[in-house]
Amino acid sequence: MNNRLYGNLIFELSQEGRRGYSLPKNRFGSYELPASMRRAEDAQLPECDEMTVVRHYTNLSANNFGVDNGFYPLGSCTMKYNPKINEEMAALPQFSGLHPLQPAETTRGAEAICTLLCKSLCELTGLHAFTLKPFAGAHGELTGLMVIKKYHESRGDESRRLVIVPDSAHGTNPASAAVCGLEIIEVKSLSDGTVDVEALKALLAEHGPEVAAMMMTNPNTLGLFERQIPVIQKMVHDVGALMYYDGANLNPMLGAARPGDMGFDVMHINLHKTFSTPHGGGGPGAGPVGVRQGLESFFPNVSPYHGNFAVAMRAYAYILSLGRENVKLVGPLATLNANYIKECLKDVYELPIEGLCKHEFVFDGLKDKSTGVTTMDVAKRLLDYGYHAPTIYFPLLFHESLMIEPTENESKETIDGFIRVMRQIAEEAKTDPELVKSAPHNTPIGRVDDVLAAKHPITTYRQLKADLS
Amino acid sequence: MAKVIEGLYYSESHEYVKIEGEFGYVGISDYAQHALGNVVYVDMPDVDDEVEAGSEFGAVESVKAASDLIAPVTGVVVDKNEALDDQPELLNQDPYQNWIIKVELSDKTELDNLMDAKAYAAFCEK
Repeated sequence: MNNRLYGNLIFELSQEGRRGYSLPKNRFGSYELPASMRRAEDAQLPECDEMTVVRHYTNLSANNFGVDNGFYPLGSCTMKYNPKINEEMAALPQFSGLHPLQPAETTRGAEAICTLLCKSLCELTGLHAFTLKPFAGAHGELTGLMVIKKYHESRGDESRRLVIVPDSAHGTNPASAAVCGLEIIEVKSLSDGTVDVEALKALLAEHGPEVAAMMMTNPNTLGLFERQIPVIQKMVHDVGALMYYDGANLNPMLGAARPGDMGFDVMHINLHKTFSTPHGGGGPGAGPVGVRQGLESFFPNVSPYHGNFAVAMRAYAYILSLGRENVKLVGPLATLNANYIKECLKDVYELPIEGLCKHEFVFDGLKDKSTGVTTMDVAKRLLDYGYHAPTIYFPLLFHESLMIEPTENESKETIDGFIRVMRQIAEEAKTDPELVKSAPHNTPIGRVDDVLAAKHPITTYRQLKADLS
Repeated sequence: MAKVIEGLYYSESHEYVKIEGEFGYVGISDYAQHALGNVVYVDMPDVDDEVEAGSEFGAVESVKAASDLIAPVTGVVVDKNEALDDQPELLNQDPYQNWIIKVELSDKTELDNLMDAKAYAAFCEK
């Protein structure tokens, strides 16, 4: 890696007048845009030759860290490996060359893939129908809540404005409800992290006729299975509300248990989590929404075509390459890996809730808090050892949350290596706490000032220049 | 060990109210600022807004998380601590000196639902 080039912004490599491309000689005479359509000042673009651009971005990309580089135990995100066969299938020209507006009789193959994927998702979740239109998980949540809202409205039941979410929920749940024009009420968790059924009972007694839905993640954000789900779903349905399943934690359930069988009416799936399609900025994403029988007529039209078809293609390739039998191994292996790490580390990291977890678990920081080494410090120090950091400071139920999700993909050797390093960091926290508190030391950029970054974010080159002058 | 000050009233969501006559100064406890970490933004209601005991009246954003502020008492906002706009870190430096809003209380009996310093210190220990 070339640190000098990496250390520069592309704007800083700019040389006035330098070009990476030359236009052919104009053979057609000149045409000037009318003055009213011209921009008042020149666009401030960097001026670089092609090779400088290529080197800059290649060096930059070498500093990326993905699941193809190493272990990525980012809790709640299910950073499983994206098998390369997914990419090969999505890149087949018969699919990648499609245009959404070409005649329907020429796109039957793509439509068949969509239908077959929906059928597979129905079988895996126990629901009746799926739409592939939503472009991401949060978009799926919004779509699912729109289904619920329309369902209630169709029955003339317009007073249902409330959505119940557990206090351990993902932040997207209240956000999606708010975007959908619904209001949130929170239900407390018990000390073991699961929904407090008594508190829920009180909420439903007070607000019953106003409740549109309860949103749940099962297993919840602490990686714990909600054992009271049969009771909960009955209580919620008894007041006329629907059950929404946040599919963020579907992975450990895959092939083992189905949201439809648990009494959920509507759910979304993050294809980039459970079904091995690329994540986040590497997306685009896809958040299919499934419903039980009778609700499919309420699917809103949230995108003009088939959503992100190439993502659906990857997910279907994943399902087919696993097959009906192997898909049943996903959940148990993800669960085994998480429990193995938890048990091997709980003598040095604080485990707030004992017992079996599913695909992920949460430590409340180091067991020995006397050193002053925080979860943030541990996460930064992990970077020095070449691991992606776990999720930190979520869920909010604990002050020093450190959330680890290994997925089913990792070998015992990789996991043992991670455990050794986590123990090593716990040891360093005692013997040389400053080393951990000032980490990372081996990365291109050291400890960043996150307070300054939050208070005074610099997001453009122009702003940086103004700040420097 | 988080600092707890005698004479204030505390809520389970770690806000305090300090009573002066008909007015209450509402802020977050030392325990809360410590748990939040470095505060980078404080979202406050406007003067003349009404706040209701048990309901959200703003938010505190730290490098770790954004947390709702829950009003410990009901009343009308008569003043807000505008210094927090530019220096949210004041909440970390001294959360008891740096109250967030000043409320004209509508029902002083609500204070009975809050904890005194001793009860709150025990609550934080749990």
